[in-house]
Amino acid sequence: MNARQKRKIENIIALSLSTAAAGFGIFWLLFIVSDVLMHGVAGFSAALFLSDPVPAGVEGGGLRNAFVGQLMIISVAALIGVPVGLLGGTFLAEYARGRQIARIISVLADIMVSVPSIIIGTFVYAILVKPLGHFSGWAGSTALAMIMIPVVLRTTEDMLTLVPWTLREAAFALGAPYYKVIFQVVYRGAATGILTGILLSIARVVGETAPLLFTSFNNAFFSVDMNGPMPSLTVSIFQYAMGPYDDWHAQAWAAAFVITLAILVVTVVSRMIIQWRYKK
Amino acid sequence: MLLLRYIIWMKGRVVTKEGKRNPADLFFLMLTAIASCSILFLTAGILIVLVKSSSLAINTFGFFHFIVSQEWNPVAEVFGAASTLYGTLVTTTLSLFFAIPIAIGIAIFVTEVAPASVKTPISMAIELLAAIPSIIYGMWGLFTLAPLMSNHIEPFLQSTLGTLPFFSVLMEGTPMGIDLLTASVILSIMIIPFTASIARDSFELTPSFVKESAYGLGATKWDVIKNVVMPYSKLGIFGGIVLSMGRALGETMAVAFVLGNKHEITSSLLDAAATITVSLANEFAEADSDLYLSSLFYLALVLFLMSFVTLAIAKLLLLRAERRYSR
Repeated sequence: MNARQKRKIENIIALSLSTAAAGFGIFWLLFIVSDVLMHGVAGFSAALFLSDPVPAGVEGGGLRNAFVGQLMIISVAALIGVPVGLLGGTFLAEYARGRQIARIISVLADIMVSVPSIIIGTFVYAILVKPLGHFSGWAGSTALAMIMIPVVLRTTEDMLTLVPWTLREAAFALGAPYYKVIFQVVYRGAATGILTGILLSIARVVGETAPLLFTSFNNAFFSVDMNGPMPSLTVSIFQYAMGPYDDWHAQAWAAAFVITLAILVVTVVSRMIIQWRYKK
Repeated sequence: MLLLRYIIWMKGRVVTKEGKRNPADLFFLMLTAIASCSILFLTAGILIVLVKSSSLAINTFGFFHFIVSQEWNPVAEVFGAASTLYGTLVTTTLSLFFAIPIAIGIAIFVTEVAPASVKTPISMAIELLAAIPSIIYGMWGLFTLAPLMSNHIEPFLQSTLGTLPFFSVLMEGTPMGIDLLTASVILSIMIIPFTASIARDSFELTPSFVKESAYGLGATKWDVIKNVVMPYSKLGIFGGIVLSMGRALGETMAVAFVLGNKHEITSSLLDAAATITVSLANEFAEADSDLYLSSLFYLALVLFLMSFVTLAIAKLLLLRAERRYSR
């Protein structure tokens, strides 16, 4: 066998291995998604959305309280996290563009995006739960907002940087002050990008469980009182899946299915918007 | 200080023709500056609050003693981090060991092998896999993977690998499926898409004229990957691996279901264990004494420092990679 043949054989082996690795990756995706789909549809019922949990061991009941609680916690988190992230990103990309402070904050935000979310949970417990003496929905929202801020901030910064500098110069030349340029030129140019960034950041926190475990805690009853413990889907899934009842497991699967579906839809739609807007 | 200096400098710049400051612009500048500083406050706040909350445990156990002590006894109020640190390091290392070859294989396939019609759906699928929340992985691990491991994979490993001299120690005990091995497998499935997409991005930074010159010399695809693409993108790939390590260190829900939260150092991979994150998730809301809670805060502080340093190294590597190729 000469060197050329050897290289050809090596080539075939290596490329087949990488194809096999890709197939392996796809296999897990299909395995997990189909498993969640199968079990989730089996546990699906109208009662899941319409009724509250019943005492442990009794058949029936649903997770209406958790759906409502989750929506409230996420909405408040977005109300805090999105404006702060958006304004912060604006500072980095506009007023502080190219300065050292912008670079430092940007790198720090990138690190904070990946910092374990359970750490955020312990932090919020120390500043909001322990001093007040009780778990609360506000604490849960605060924890999720702290996770959203760096994500929104970084995507906003990236999207604003994509707007050509000459556009701003054209507006400056007309005598517009910087804040008007930002609102009427830069934000308009980057609107789609910012919106998808916000959508993706919401998709990210919808599935978060660890930061809610000891901030909003859980509540077996229907509650819209953000001052007390709030139920959420993810914490309910954790509790139900670890519990001993088959009925609980079925509901946990169904809730997992709803969450996965919601996140996948939001992710796919955002990616499609990005492709449609930027890849042309 | 830097910020203050900057604001003063900026105030001088935001002036209209008549020499007066535009108040609306100054207001918006301040508003955005404060918003962006939230990141600084958040980082510093976490560090200060964690140190303050764990001061009781720091004073009681010290740093070195806390790290090496194996005992974790809430009743006797003696706490040491060694067993949870061990669990964290073992699951992280094992999951990286499983995930890296597969992730790099996927990246090679997507950038060099796949035709364009397959490339987009596979990239999309990998990104979706990364978007699925960790609690879904954990739950799937508990109900589907753990029985699979205890009934088929682990007995098989015991009868093959378990008979070899070194591996027999790792494969001791009854396979229950709730153990270090299962947790590492789930963790590796979780970080594969993440690692793969960074590796893909680094591969794509290789300029095509360099690859084409190699092809012009008669190189095969693998030759090009091995001798041109890999050396060109090694900094980025290494950064991606360190970033995945940072993620794996702090992952909670994916492992909380299948690790059993047992505070013991075991040589066997088929035994229940605990990681820092799992202990926090299971015990934090139930900690009844001040010293217990403070020790849990201490664990969180150790984890925060570990992952912050890891992520900072990863970020620096990726920045260096970016700067090198943009030239």
